[in-house]
Amino acid sequence: MTVAVEQFEYVRQLVHRRTAILLADDKQYLVDSRLTPIARDLGHGDTNTMISHLRSCRDLALEQRVLEAMTTNETLWFRDRQPFEALRAHVLPDVTRRNGPTRQLRVWSAACSSGQELYSVAMMLDEAFPELHNGWRVELMGTDFCGEMVAKAREGLYSTLEVNRGLPAALMVRYFDREGANWRVKTAIRARVRFEKMNLVEPWPPMPTFDLVFLRNVLIYFDIPTKERVLMAACRQLAPGGYLLLGGAETAVGLCTDLVPVKIGEAVFYRAKGQER
Amino acid sequence: VKALVVDDSRAMRTILSRLLRKAGAVDIREAADGCEALACLDGDDLPDLALVDWNMPNMNGLELVGALRRRPEWRRIAIVMVTTENEQSQIVRALAAGAHEYLIKPFEEASLFDKLAILGFPQPATQLA
Repeated sequence: MTVAVEQFEYVRQLVHRRTAILLADDKQYLVDSRLTPIARDLGHGDTNTMISHLRSCRDLALEQRVLEAMTTNETLWFRDRQPFEALRAHVLPDVTRRNGPTRQLRVWSAACSSGQELYSVAMMLDEAFPELHNGWRVELMGTDFCGEMVAKAREGLYSTLEVNRGLPAALMVRYFDREGANWRVKTAIRARVRFEKMNLVEPWPPMPTFDLVFLRNVLIYFDIPTKERVLMAACRQLAPGGYLLLGGAETAVGLCTDLVPVKIGEAVFYRAKGQER
Repeated sequence: VKALVVDDSRAMRTILSRLLRKAGAVDIREAADGCEALACLDGDDLPDLALVDWNMPNMNGLELVGALRRRPEWRRIAIVMVTTENEQSQIVRALAAGAHEYLIKPFEEASLFDKLAILGFPQPATQLA
């Protein structure tokens, strides 16, 4: 099923109007792949029929769902500034202080897409926490259910359009090498991260616990029982004193009573109940 | 936010000015080269932000950045180079000359907003509810 030209144009304008994100002419496949599951879910049959419905009546709930589906996989560096500010100023100093005796730090970017989130953390650690070079064991793991994304993340090769998205110029020259028209994350940083394929909805493989878990902009795809299950599993994956970060539009409140929201700087992190301090 | 857009392409100036208005800029001045840009900076009414192209006649963007960094009262102007120059060495030169950020053309409009966010400027109001 291919989305019709005029339907694509409608979605494109809607996304542009509401999010300032411009879908290129060749992104019809994206509309198709992102909206087909919603159309099926809501019983519209196919994407074209659903978009026709959206055009004929202002269904705000559907519009929101379409927007989220079209934009959530947007991957950028240091996505949302506030959580990264909080990481640098509060969370990572706290974790490194706590873990001083073991000299071990584990970070997991669940739903890592093409890797920008985990590389952002790797760059921040290198830049702001040089003490970690002194005998610390730092494990930075990214997982995604899409094998293509995992492969791209491992490559660490990004187009100019991709590096333009939120990557400070000073970090771009420090941590990337030009490679033809693209930019590749320097070997020293790539060597510190690893990416694996993993579906959060299926049973999780045995993993160590993590001091910091990113679970951002993925819960929105799930129904409530799945959200509850994934959040509970993520909570169990937190090391003592660990931190969980969700997407800006996501919450664990009402879904997982074992997770407690904690405001840190301008961001909200979640911590296991009893570990908030 | 008050902004100065410096680019020898009128079309590019128009695009950048439109995006800046979207991001909430109220007073946007335009200049076609570095000399015109400096002429806009007389008096106390200085911009907070300058978007500066690299290749322009009379005075290029890199020279303009250097000039903006020499006068103490101009040093508080945040500078983003917006240019097709995409060599790593050029980015290094621009940052060394005093540019705060660097955006390679062509760019998606959200990329400009990302750069403004890095510099602490407000974001466009049209975000997802």
